[in-house]
Amino acid sequence: MTDAKAQPRGPQDRPMSPHMQVWRWHVTMFTSILHRATGMALYVGALVVAGWVIALAAGPDAFAGYGALLASPLGLLVLFGLTFAFLYHLANGVRHLFWDVGKGFEPKTADMTGWAAIVFGAVAAVLIWIIALLNMGAVQ
Amino acid sequence: MTSYRTALGRARNTGSAKHGVGHFIAQRVSAIALAPLGLWALYSGLSLSHAGFDGALVWLHAPFNAVLSILLAVAVTVHMRIGMMEVIEDYIHRASTKGALLILNYFVCVLACVAAVFCILKVALIGGAV
Repeated sequence: MTDAKAQPRGPQDRPMSPHMQVWRWHVTMFTSILHRATGMALYVGALVVAGWVIALAAGPDAFAGYGALLASPLGLLVLFGLTFAFLYHLANGVRHLFWDVGKGFEPKTADMTGWAAIVFGAVAAVLIWIIALLNMGAVQ
Repeated sequence: MTSYRTALGRARNTGSAKHGVGHFIAQRVSAIALAPLGLWALYSGLSLSHAGFDGALVWLHAPFNAVLSILLAVAVTVHMRIGMMEVIEDYIHRASTKGALLILNYFVCVLACVAAVFCILKVALIGGAV
């Protein structure tokens, strides 16, 4: 105990909270991480959408160029990812709003709504893109 | 290390008081706004995906779409500013880097908001070209 008194421990030396390696994988943990990850992706997505309206205001040439960028294979992949990110973030955001009023904390409920948010995001994103691609085919 | 300052004296001016939940509430309120606005934006994006330049102009020229677009731009940038701020504060611990990133995040969000609103108004009020 005498050693402990020699130097005051700064924030750097304090023990960290248990980290990923020692947590048993759990769906609520995954939904929490995914909420952050999709939030960060949507940050970029919002800038992509802002770029679209800027290109629209800039005129037909800029708009066509930007549209070609979005319609490229990489662009479509990004847009599909953003669709999932938005739908998942929306569904999980609703979970957060329920937690804010104190509902949905029971482990079984939290697990169930967590899986529901993931499945909703994935299924709805795939369905929306099937419809979008079918429409595109119908137009061409 | 004996300090003669009172507990209250030490606590004063070291952090926000009474308005510490401002960001928490702003994040929830913007989330509530973004649930319908985001779904509307997704639907609009789908219907605009093969409308072309002229179709997009006509769409944004409609007051309903222009007003909702501006609301979307404001709500999104408020929400993403706070979200990114929380992430920076959680993971970046060096004060100088953290401060710089927080300012950068703020500037990016304000710039995106103002640029988007300006472009929406331009298209809605005076049309596309020039």
